Amino acid sequence: MTQAPAATAQAPKPAPKPATLFDKLWQAHEITRRADGASLLWVDRHLVHEGSHHAFAKLAARGAPVAEPSLTYAVVDHYAPTRGRDAIPPGDIRRMIETLGQNARTHGLRLFGLCDPDQGIVHVVGPEQGLTLPGFTVNCGDSHTSTHGAFGALAFGIGATEVAHVLATQTIWQMRPKTMRITVGGHLGPAVGAKDLALHWIARLGADGARGHAIEYAGPAVRALSMEGRMTLCNLSIEGGARLGMVAPDDTTFRYLQGRPFAPQGDEWARAVDGWARLPSDAGAQFDREVEIDASDIAPTVTWGTSPEEALPITAHVPNPAHLPPARAARASDALEYMGLSAGQALQGVAIDQVFIGSCTNGRIEDLRLAAKVLQGRRAKVPGLVAPGSALVKAQAEAEGLDQIFTQAGLEWVEAGCSMCVGMNGDLVAPGKRCASSTNRNFKGRQGRGARTHLMSPAMVAAAAITGTLCDVRPLLEGRL
Amino acid sequence: MSGGWVHHSGKAVALALESVDTDQLIPARFMSVPRAQGYGPYLLHDLRHDGGGRVVPEFVLNQHNDASFLVARRNFGSGSSREAAVYALVDFGIRVVIAPSFGDIFSANAVNNGLLPLVLPEADVERVLAMLLHDPGQASVDLQAETLCICGQDFAFQLPQVWREKLMNGWDDIDLTTARTPQIAAYKTARRADTPWVWPS
Ligand code: SF4
Repeated sequence: MTQAPAATAQAPKPAPKPATLFDKLWQAHEITRRADGASLLWVDRHLVHEGSHHAFAKLAARGAPVAEPSLTYAVVDHYAPTRGRDAIPPGDIRRMIETLGQNARTHGLRLFGLCDPDQGIVHVVGPEQGLTLPGFTVNCGDSHTSTHGAFGALAFGIGATEVAHVLATQTIWQMRPKTMRITVGGHLGPAVGAKDLALHWIARLGADGARGHAIEYAGPAVRALSMEGRMTLCNLSIEGGARLGMVAPDDTTFRYLQGRPFAPQGDEWARAVDGWARLPSDAGAQFDREVEIDASDIAPTVTWGTSPEEALPITAHVPNPAHLPPARAARASDALEYMGLSAGQALQGVAIDQVFIGSCTNGRIEDLRLAAKVLQGRRAKVPGLVAPGSALVKAQAEAEGLDQIFTQAGLEWVEAGCSMCVGMNGDLVAPGKRCASSTNRNFKGRQGRGARTHLMSPAMVAAAAITGTLCDVRPLLEGRL
Repeated sequence: MSGGWVHHSGKAVALALESVDTDQLIPARFMSVPRAQGYGPYLLHDLRHDGGGRVVPEFVLNQHNDASFLVARRNFGSGSSREAAVYALVDFGIRVVIAPSFGDIFSANAVNNGLLPLVLPEADVERVLAMLLHDPGQASVDLQAETLCICGQDFAFQLPQVWREKLMNGWDDIDLTTARTPQIAAYKTARRADTPWVWPS
């Protein structure tokens, strides 16, 4: 009989199963799991805006306090007037802004109010204040909360009932989504950016292509993106139906965050970075779904229809419903009719009425810099609005003289907020008018009843402004990059 | 959410459109209205009304304002997290939406408000849409048995257990969660020790 191993010798521990970034974040926030499979997650950051009024009303109806006021931040953005802030006439807009202020005061929340030097769109403010950090869960009653995933955070939008739940408990019940990795190889060409990459994959997989999934964006073309680019990419995850989007944190992330007002400082910073560096997916980690994209295949991309999946390279022609299978043809005809386009028409040369640069997708400093590169020394043929994503972005742009470039080109330079992305503040596109827009949704009526929206990068919007038509920005940027 | 339900029968109508997004379900300009006023009038407002605000008489929900089942094409409720899209459906009287796929946040919001987002395969949905093309039909759904009968055709479906129980019991998550207060407190203490920067000084 062989001798039993010495009592001190341990059977070799099985190597821990390689985990994805998502696995690590989920596990770190899971407080408990119910028999039915729902997990109770801890929420590190909860962001609220004027639209959260339903949730505050629910909380009031229960007479419940906000569980963690120091983890809850209120931002005025959706209804923020972009002009005439000091004299908002009585009405819905004023009431919505005042209601948020009242709720913030009642519950002792830090409010980024209309006149705050740090005000802006919630998904711009969170990162730029260092409120959004790697390893966090971030919730907000807004679908583009996916933006914050750019930092390696579990960030997803929730509805009013869930917002009330987070307010009351600082936790949220969630079913674990499936995981999906989108690996982008190669390099994005000059003047091709994160917006084009996002519209490209959404066109390929569909507006519900990533439904039920948490996406991790990976590969050299994603690594090469700045934080602004990563935020644009993660922001649009929801337009492809994903629950959330993420990029693993790296030096680009840490450089962006260091010194931000709410980021850890000193010893704590070093400790935090240590932990964050362990977040990226382990080699060999398994995803439920893998998608590969070659960045060099991507051209500047624009939408032609009324869903973000209806996107094509600017050099393409819109579909001809006669050549589509019947199920798709009806939808395409309807979209073309709404958009006032004819079957098979070239995208280049479609005349536009106005432009908009801004939103949580493309209202950051890098977006404005690129648009300004296109516009410098040129005149816009159509009117347009440039609304920076935050007051800090506005100040930075003004320090760099970008506002001058915009106004000299004939565009209007206004205060920060959601503005024409959703038109709640009154910045609307008139019925039947065609707008080249750096926003995220080309839904019917999104920018106003009957408004025709073409989504594209801010550089492409600037190019459209100069020519008065949809056009390829690349020649206009030659020698300027 | 108040009260759950197990069975529901009613009139079914077709909204044979893809990607009926949340901006169509309720245009942004109505979202400042307090819920107590009712969101029914705003459901699909810009499809139900023309540019001059007049009712479009031939639009299906104007012809059948007593419908409680809505059958639509893929990607229903995509877009915004606005729960007001669900309020509009519920306040109008819709109890069940049948489609091949739904936006994730929309589905969660629906279940939180007693509205069933029922997924059927695309081919089945097309079959039902064809039957509803000219006239509304009768439908009934049983959450316990997970069966749907629409236009005389029977279908089985499977709901995530969480949704099924929530719809049937009308659970309020906050109450359920409050019962876990000690676990949450223990988690919070550990989180605070491990990552103090969650609580900015
Ligand atoms: S900018 Fe547009 S998409 Fe972003 S939060 Fe505001 S309204 Fe929503």
